[in-house]
Amino acid sequence: MRFELLQLAAQLQPPVEVDAAGVPVVESTGSFWNPLTYTVFLPLAGALLLLLVPKGNEALVKLGALITSLLTFGMGLYLLLEFDYSESGKQFFANIPWIEVINSRYIVGIDGISLPLLALTVFVVPLCIIYSWNHIPSPGNPKAFFVLLLVLETGMIGSFIALDLILFFVFFEVVLLPMYFLIGVWGGPDRKYASLKFFLYTLFGSALMIVAFLALYFLSDPVMVDGALIGSFDMTLLPDLAAAGVGTTAALWIFGGMFIGFGVKVPMFPFHTWLPDAHTQAPTVGSVILAAVLLKLGTYGFVRIAIPILPEAAKTWAPVIALLAVIGIIYGALCCLAQTDMKRLIAFSSVAHMGFTMLAISSLTDFGINAAIFGMVAHGLITGMLFFIAGSTKERYHTLEIARLGGMLKQAPRMGWILGLCTMASLGLPGLAGFWGEFPAILSVYQPAEGLNLAFFRTMMVIAAIGTVFAAGYLLWLYQRVAFGVPSEEFENDPEITDVQPLEWVAWLPMLVLIVVLGFLPGLLFNTTNPAVVESLAALGG
Amino acid sequence: MTNVWIIPAIMAGSFLAILAVGKRLPEMGRAAIGIAAVAVCFVLSCIVAFGWVERVNDHSDGREVVACGNEQFQEPLYVGLEMSPELEAETEASLEESLEEQSLEGAAPLSVGENAASAPATSPAAFAADYDDGPTPPIVCSLTWFESGMGADGNAISFEIGTYVDGLSVMMLFTVTLISLLVHVFSTAYLHGDRRHTHYFAFLSLFTAAMLFYVLSSNTLQMLVGWELVGVCSFGLIGHWWEERKNSDAALKAFMTNRVGDMGLLIGIILLFFAAGSTSFSVLHLNEYALSGEANTTLLLIGSLCLFAGVTSKSGQFPLHTWLPDAMAGPTPVSALIHAATMVVAGVYLIARLYPVFWSGLEIGGSQIHYVALIGGLTTLVGASLAFVQTDLKKVLAYSTISQLGFMVMALGVGAWTAGVFHLFTHAFFKAALFLGAGSVSHACHHTFDMREMGGLRKKMPITHGTFLICTFALAGIVPFAGFWSKDEILAGAAAGQGAGAYHLMLGMGLITAFLTAAYMGRAYWMTFWGEYRGHAHPHESPKVMTVPLIILSVFATFAGIINFPFYWFNGVGIGAHWFEDMVQPTFLFPPELVVADFNYWIAGLSVLLAVGGIALSFSYYQYDLGKGLRGLTQRNAVAGAGYRLLENKYYLDAIYDGLGEAMRGGIARGSYWVNQNIIDKIVDGAGVGAREVGKVTYRYVDQGVVDTIVNSTGTASNESGDAFRKVQTGKVQHYGALLFGSAVLLGIVFVIVQAIVNS
Repeated sequence: MRFELLQLAAQLQPPVEVDAAGVPVVESTGSFWNPLTYTVFLPLAGALLLLLVPKGNEALVKLGALITSLLTFGMGLYLLLEFDYSESGKQFFANIPWIEVINSRYIVGIDGISLPLLALTVFVVPLCIIYSWNHIPSPGNPKAFFVLLLVLETGMIGSFIALDLILFFVFFEVVLLPMYFLIGVWGGPDRKYASLKFFLYTLFGSALMIVAFLALYFLSDPVMVDGALIGSFDMTLLPDLAAAGVGTTAALWIFGGMFIGFGVKVPMFPFHTWLPDAHTQAPTVGSVILAAVLLKLGTYGFVRIAIPILPEAAKTWAPVIALLAVIGIIYGALCCLAQTDMKRLIAFSSVAHMGFTMLAISSLTDFGINAAIFGMVAHGLITGMLFFIAGSTKERYHTLEIARLGGMLKQAPRMGWILGLCTMASLGLPGLAGFWGEFPAILSVYQPAEGLNLAFFRTMMVIAAIGTVFAAGYLLWLYQRVAFGVPSEEFENDPEITDVQPLEWVAWLPMLVLIVVLGFLPGLLFNTTNPAVVESLAALGG
Repeated sequence: MTNVWIIPAIMAGSFLAILAVGKRLPEMGRAAIGIAAVAVCFVLSCIVAFGWVERVNDHSDGREVVACGNEQFQEPLYVGLEMSPELEAETEASLEESLEEQSLEGAAPLSVGENAASAPATSPAAFAADYDDGPTPPIVCSLTWFESGMGADGNAISFEIGTYVDGLSVMMLFTVTLISLLVHVFSTAYLHGDRRHTHYFAFLSLFTAAMLFYVLSSNTLQMLVGWELVGVCSFGLIGHWWEERKNSDAALKAFMTNRVGDMGLLIGIILLFFAAGSTSFSVLHLNEYALSGEANTTLLLIGSLCLFAGVTSKSGQFPLHTWLPDAMAGPTPVSALIHAATMVVAGVYLIARLYPVFWSGLEIGGSQIHYVALIGGLTTLVGASLAFVQTDLKKVLAYSTISQLGFMVMALGVGAWTAGVFHLFTHAFFKAALFLGAGSVSHACHHTFDMREMGGLRKKMPITHGTFLICTFALAGIVPFAGFWSKDEILAGAAAGQGAGAYHLMLGMGLITAFLTAAYMGRAYWMTFWGEYRGHAHPHESPKVMTVPLIILSVFATFAGIINFPFYWFNGVGIGAHWFEDMVQPTFLFPPELVVADFNYWIAGLSVLLAVGGIALSFSYYQYDLGKGLRGLTQRNAVAGAGYRLLENKYYLDAIYDGLGEAMRGGIARGSYWVNQNIIDKIVDGAGVGAREVGKVTYRYVDQGVVDTIVNSTGTASNESGDAFRKVQTGKVQHYGALLFGSAVLLGIVFVIVQAIVNS
């Protein structure tokens, strides 16, 4: 293992070599001390350091957490700047042995698909820490809170950079536990139930997922490592290996396993019922991260793993995905209309919005996947913001009962306007980020990948378009009840109801700016994702 | 003209500036930012307009689609024509002739393009002989907005953002900036001391920016952005006084109704994108495809009908017009700007902009009736008839707007492109003036719009009265006011029809509406300005900042007609016959077989007669109703249109008036209004309520009852198995135990399954 402090150039993945029999030869490339390694383990290192800080010294704990997350963000910026946007392959690539018995390797690298999500993660976490500065939810204990948050960050970043299935799985699971505790300890009154449900449900999905990974490992063609043939977990090799080794029926089963594993995380109808509970009970920051990043792990799994590795099975499953996605859109919207609690309404709106993302994915076209990634980032920013506002509302009004709220524009006008902007963004108003996840998603299903049933997908398109009307319905209804009108007697002269506080501005403004900037310059994201997306769909024949 | 993007950018800047510093400035300061920005935009728009006129007249230069920023439009297809010097000398008359010739020859722009590719080889003169005048191509500038997907050539497909300048967009630029400017000025007094003065002016700027962005769009995707942004400004301004539930309800209704139509728009845009080769949303590209002769007409038909769904909601067409009267909850200057002159015509503009798509899709050239024309006609009637039962002055005007929008859509439907667009142009002035006039009246009468509390204001508010009267005449279509010329062209267009003969039904509907319009405006005018004052305020004339915009608008309402005058009377001032048509109607990528109807004396005479009759009828009816000037009135009626015999039988006449009035007020109009409020409106409301109920039921029984129970029971099952463990492990750990156990069981099961797969 070479030791280099920092590899400055974005190292590209070298072409795969094959031996005389056509078996890929795996050789170690790159260094463990790769910028990505720093990015992913920095939060963990910070968390370990925080453990040494005495519990009473809250200021130091907060500062430490903030500095760690900002350093990580700095690494993210470095990656953004050094990234070669015209390149479709993996960058900052490293491939070194890890668990040699099963040939699971430490393979990391990013491309246009993972970069935006990685950036989103390192962007959101510092904002969450700033927001929590004075808002540590009861029962307090900022040390534990921030340590968990940083561990969570490592898990999330790791999932987006891992190119080995086992490595991915480990990071994927690392995410689970901190979130379980965040909900279970700092959550609302029903936190025990919600956190358990979240944990169980996701674990159930993970179980099927790991089985699918193992099946891939056993069934795919082997690779040559140090002169011996062995299975591989390498995501960059598996598309070819699986194409040769996995039969049609087995591929369908494996895809099914991943489908449920990722589908629970997305969450797709009918696997979504953990989400409203988890969101409603989670502390504000937990909800924000859950919405902004965690749900994307599921959709990212489809885009990064399931579809490129098993394109033919994906084609067979695509109508199912599309159908469930569309049901999710309409069903999520209907449930939103029935809500009386603001946070729960936003949670259900996630079901509907992730439906659009999944619908775009089901088209299996480059246009659709681009839209899906845009949708993920946009949903992360917008719904994250909505949860921030819900949290601040709860703090001021001590309730999120929509019927009791009202006149926010009168008591906290700036917060009211921010809520207005976010609802508009959420309902897909052009000129704001949400639109570019929604409209191209609808557009992509008009002409799905070759071999998919046109009539069916076009029907789905029309129903999804109806979903946009519903979205406007519940969001405006929410906004009217919460922001318009006059405050009820109950809160009329409540001194606790203040407008946006300085710390809230610091935490929110970057997100709001991004929502608007991405709305007007969608190219920032589309141009980044496009080359990698086109390449990842190569097996589908364009 | 390649830098027109600056115009919306200025307004966007003004929006940000007002938002940023508005609160710290005094009222006039905020308004001044907005006014200054709009004024600059207006001047720039005028410069652009002159530039365009020059481009049309100047045949020697600048005849190609100027491409800047993006390579795509330098393809040979879009390269225009170099004009031969001989042609420059030709007179306006022969110019028009040649235009007609060109359309008769059916020189489709596509064939022009094909020849243009080989043009360098041939001499300019020979070239000119083939194509006489040649089209005036628009000026299109675009940049890459974003890239997504892979084209057939192996390069990423790029999507553009850009500006599209031609006669139509220039006309809209001029109209929007002028009216926005006047409305800004008017608002300084009208909104004086308002509780949300800053937001009002910020939104006004944002709206103007979005509207200009929309009209300058070079592709449908960008149009969609502008379309929705004006919608959200409309939402914000209708709900300006959101403390009252009624206002926020109206805002919500407007947004939701529009959203329903937008769904169609969304699908329509997608459909056309794929129909035309799935590489570009460009207006040029779509129009070119629609005219190419290889277009899939079924797709075009469905696409244009989907787009029309968007038009139906945005431009208040039947049956989605119900939001527009409610939208009057917003401040009156907003109603003038957004809900009369500019935003609501966005739909009309959409049809005009993508006219080849509608033309080919609906086969306008070869039919006598089709959906768009029919809905347009129906809307004019519905709007006009409903305007009768209103006692709220603004609502009369709102229904009138619906009716006039119907006129425009009908015009485009029957192939009278210029007439429809010209009506959009003239209507913007007189309807804005009428709304501002209503605002001025209300400003004087304690903020009421109830005409029952007005009356006799003509003496107290002479300027408001004068301008209102002029614009009433213009709206009613009385010679020589602007509305007459545009409305008459529409009727003439319907009478002449296109290839397949007259659009008889639409002509009939148009004529009836012409009469109704005059009648209800006569009624509104009378109730407001004549009779005795019935309110409790002390009406007074409004300040100059309110009356000057009114005067300017009524000058336009009086004289705007001459710019598309059918005769050569105004050659002296540089306005030839059909000048507006020459300047605005596209000659590039436009249906070549479209026939422009000539001035029709019969129709003109009939419509004027109807209009005068309408006003006279309603005027005399109301005078009689109050029991004054009975004798004189009947005489005046006789002059207006009846004969000596009718004068003799004045009771007989009165009976007809009564019957007509009653039928109007009690039957037809009230019936339509009832249908409007109780059926159409209820369906809209009911759909919302129903969805919520379904949502409730779904949530309560399906989501919480079935799906969730299944999940919970799984959880309980593992909890119970965990309970078994608790004998060994105690306390907090039981949860984790249950968890581990549950997952272990699950893992075991799936391992077995996998084993089976692996072995198979």
